[in-house]
Amino acid sequence: MFDWLEHMAQWLVYDVFGMSPKNHLAKAIDFFIYDSIKIVLLLFTVVFLMGIINSYFPIDRVKNYLSRNKLYGAEYLMASLFGVVTPFCSCSSVPLFIGFVRGGIPLGVTFAFLVTSPLVNEVAIGLFVGLFGVQTTILYVLSGVFLGTVSGVILQKLKLERFLTPWVKEVLANAQRDQERFEEEKQPFQKRLPIIWAEALKILKGVLPYVIIGIAIGGLMHGYVPEGFFEKYMSKDNLFAVPVATILAVPMYSNASGILPIVQVLVDKGIPLGTAIAFMMGVVGLSLPEAMLLKKVMTIKLIGVFFGVVMLCIIVSGYLFNIIL
Amino acid sequence: MKHIIQILGTGCPKCQNLTSIVKDVVEENQIDASIEKVEDIEDIMKFNVMMTPALVVDGNVVIKGRVPSKEEVLSTLQ
Repeated sequence: MFDWLEHMAQWLVYDVFGMSPKNHLAKAIDFFIYDSIKIVLLLFTVVFLMGIINSYFPIDRVKNYLSRNKLYGAEYLMASLFGVVTPFCSCSSVPLFIGFVRGGIPLGVTFAFLVTSPLVNEVAIGLFVGLFGVQTTILYVLSGVFLGTVSGVILQKLKLERFLTPWVKEVLANAQRDQERFEEEKQPFQKRLPIIWAEALKILKGVLPYVIIGIAIGGLMHGYVPEGFFEKYMSKDNLFAVPVATILAVPMYSNASGILPIVQVLVDKGIPLGTAIAFMMGVVGLSLPEAMLLKKVMTIKLIGVFFGVVMLCIIVSGYLFNIIL
Repeated sequence: MKHIIQILGTGCPKCQNLTSIVKDVVEENQIDASIEKVEDIEDIMKFNVMMTPALVVDGNVVIKGRVPSKEEVLSTLQ
C-alpha cells in the first residue's frame, strides 16, 4: 500500500540528496521520511474514522442497557468494548464513572470500562497500524479488550465499594436502574463531518511533535544500533524483562505518542513483542494524571488496588505473548 | 432575554476549547448572556451528563461530549 512512499523516500535520499545507501545517516533519513509520512497519514485516517463512529455511538443508551439487563458476565465484555469506542479524553472518564455508578452498574463492570478506555484509543490504534501493521494492531486491541474484561471481573470480586470517596458512596446508595430518556442529537451527516474533521486535525496537531521526535530518534537508532543489540538484556528467557518494562512504563504517559515509534525500532532490533506490548500497555493504559483525576472518586487505596490489578494483568499478558508469539 | 450559559468540564483541552468558542459567539453577536464554568465534578454530575465537555443554556443541556461549531452554539442561543 505504501510502496510509492518508500520509492519516493529512497529517490529523495539517494538520488536527489545523492547519499550513499551504505551511509548510516542516509539510512536514518530514508527511514525517517518514509515512516513519518506513512504514520501521519494512517494516524489521521484512524482518528477520523473513530471520530465518525464516536459521533454516532449512543453512550447513554448503552449505559441504560447495561444497567437494566442481567447479562451473566457478558456485561464485563460489553463495558470493555464500550471503552474502545469512547473517545480518549481522560477528563471524561470520571463523569462516565459516576454515570455508571448512578445507574447501578456493578463497580467491576465500570472498572472494565475504565481500563480499556485509555488503553485502546484512537491515537494508539492509528500509531499501531502505522508502526506494526494491521495484524499486531488487532492483537493489541483484542488483548486490550480482554485485559479490561479480566481486570473488571477480578476487581468486582475484591468488593471495593467501601473504598470509594464519601460522596460517591452516597451516589451509590441512591443508585437506581434508571430508565431515563435521553434526547438524541439529530444532526445530518453533512453537518457532523466538518466538526469531526476539525477535531481529528486538532488531535493530530497535538500529538504530531511527539510522534515526529519519536520517529526521529527511532530513525537514528534504526541506522546506528546493530541488529540484536538489545537481545542480550531483554531476551525471552529474562524473566524480569516483562515486569520491569511494565513498571517503567507507567510514569511515561505524557509522551505515549513519542514512545511508540521508539518501541517499534526496539522490536526490530530484537526485543520480544510480548515484552514490548506489555511496555506499551503500561505507557498508554496507566498514567499518573489519570490517577490524579480518579482521586476525586476513589481513595488512594482503591487507586492503588486498581493500578496493581491492571499491572498484574498486563504482566501476565506480556508473558503469554512471549510464549505464544 | 438574558441567557445563562454554563460550561461543564473538568478543565481538559476540549473544555477550554468550548469555552473560547462560546465566548467568541457571545461577543461577536452581542448576545446578552452570562458565562459560568462548572469545573467541580460533583456539580457537573448534577446535570446528569456522562461526557464532558457539555454546554448548558438556561438550565438545559444542549451539547455534550464534543466541541460544537460556532454556528451550532449560536443556534442554541436564539
